[in-house]
Amino acid sequence: MKALDGTRVGAVIRKELTEFRRKRSIVVAMLVLPAIFLIEPILTVLLGPHASVGDQSYRIPILLLILIPVITPSTLAAYSVAGEREQGTLEPLLTTPIRTEEFIVAKAAAIMIPTLGLSYLVFGFFLALVRLFSDPVIAAGIFNEGPLLLALFLFTPLLAGWAIVVGMAMSVSAGEIRVAQQLGMVASFPPLGIVILMVLGVIQPTITAAIVFAVVLLVADLLALRLTSGLFDRERLVTGARAVRA
Amino acid sequence: MPVEAPEAQRPAPALVVDRLTKRFGERTAFNDVSFEVAHGEVFGFLGPNGAGKTTTVRTLGTLIAPTTGSATVAGVPLTAENGVEIRRRIAIMPEAPGLYLRLTVLENMRFAAGLYGLRHAEPRIEAALDAVNLSDRAGDLCGGLSKGLRQRVAVARALLSDPRILFLDEPTAGLDPVAALEVHSLISELRGRGVTIFLTTHRLDEAEKLCDRVAILNTTLRSVGRPAQLRAQLFQNALAVRTRTALTDPDAVFIGIASVQSWRHEGGSYVLTVTDPERAAPEVTRALVGAGADVLSISEAQHSLEDVYLQLVDDDVEARQR
Repeated sequence: MKALDGTRVGAVIRKELTEFRRKRSIVVAMLVLPAIFLIEPILTVLLGPHASVGDQSYRIPILLLILIPVITPSTLAAYSVAGEREQGTLEPLLTTPIRTEEFIVAKAAAIMIPTLGLSYLVFGFFLALVRLFSDPVIAAGIFNEGPLLLALFLFTPLLAGWAIVVGMAMSVSAGEIRVAQQLGMVASFPPLGIVILMVLGVIQPTITAAIVFAVVLLVADLLALRLTSGLFDRERLVTGARAVRA
Repeated sequence: MPVEAPEAQRPAPALVVDRLTKRFGERTAFNDVSFEVAHGEVFGFLGPNGAGKTTTVRTLGTLIAPTTGSATVAGVPLTAENGVEIRRRIAIMPEAPGLYLRLTVLENMRFAAGLYGLRHAEPRIEAALDAVNLSDRAGDLCGGLSKGLRQRVAVARALLSDPRILFLDEPTAGLDPVAALEVHSLISELRGRGVTIFLTTHRLDEAEKLCDRVAILNTTLRSVGRPAQLRAQLFQNALAVRTRTALTDPDAVFIGIASVQSWRHEGGSYVLTVTDPERAAPEVTRALVGAGADVLSISEAQHSLEDVYLQLVDDDVEARQR
């Protein structure tokens, strides 16, 4: 694989971030779900009944927080290619020397930046509230869950990466943004299963398990990235017909 | 008369297309198309809607793979592997400018510069905006610009990379006459700077005014040449004669003139088919005066590019109906 051109990748990232900032509907869509997902954990952990030692009910609200990096990028990922096509900017972009891998990586990176920023901000806010205001037993339970917290932080970029790449794959394949968003959302959930099993204690959340699953997710993300690049057929994107050579 | 350079000394053409064909399943977009475009030439690519003009541009711009045939674009053979190199050497302005409407003119230009891998591009951006007289609108959001101004931004964007060939696909489609005129003067300026331009259009006045040579495409290439050459190929030389009153016996006046092959009455004028208009005009004048006619005018009958185009496209329609 040829090295990516930093100037071209940087140009796409800068353009994307500027467009996100100026598109109010996207900013709202990105903020609404994390805000909703934050309310339930806060209510449960801060206002719930007093916990006894060994109570692990606080793990359930954490699940909702893990959904944030999966759901937040879905709108942006669905928009990444289908949106360019709808607004008529895809063809001029594809006539430039940018390579498919550079385009995909740049788009994915541009979506990853706000997704990670928002996810970690929400996690940090939640943990700060727990530390300051929650029942000491629950606070101790959460902060003593080293592997679980590690998994939470480690899996966030990997889950987000998966959601972004499969969302982009749907954006490349689907004709409409809405269809791409719905398909991308469904396709982004399977890896979440591993994390859910870990949070629920079905898979013991040890550091080794967290690292093993992180590596598995990383490999899955890279494979999905390759697959999405493979799906990116300039001819089909421009004309709607697949390229056939004699 | 200019002396042509020997074959070996002539620079390679900017664009060589050899028997290029593109099919989408059963449908043929264009078939067996061959032509060359010289460096610095403004080459018009004409044809009715659906003739395959845009598909040809997309194929030469490496967006679409040809089904058969070959081409060399800006010195690089047209293959999938050479796509990046070809796109580096050319610029394509599609029919719709495709600007990011939430970004300013300057932001759009910076983005385009980045895609061409241009570092420290500010001087180039300034020069490109200057070329289209948009320097004072650099901070405006593209969404707030008129269609004509957006088209000018798109031209500026296409100029950024200093392309060897500039493909302009219907650059004046949907523009009002004033905006279209601005685009025309831009193209004339680019021609003056020696940029090779491949202009697709179905506006024949535009092609006649701007292009050195034109090709007429209607799925297959119907004709290639200078507008005057095409006219000469398709239409015989003719003189149009107007007299104050109708001639009593036109046959007696015209048939005796050696250079006149035939005549017909058309829209108040006599149209004479002649072998050589320059030789025939004085002979015809003398014959008319000799016959006592009051001559209002004698002029060479002009056929426009539109006549050429309609003749060729009508031939296709008739051929399909047979």
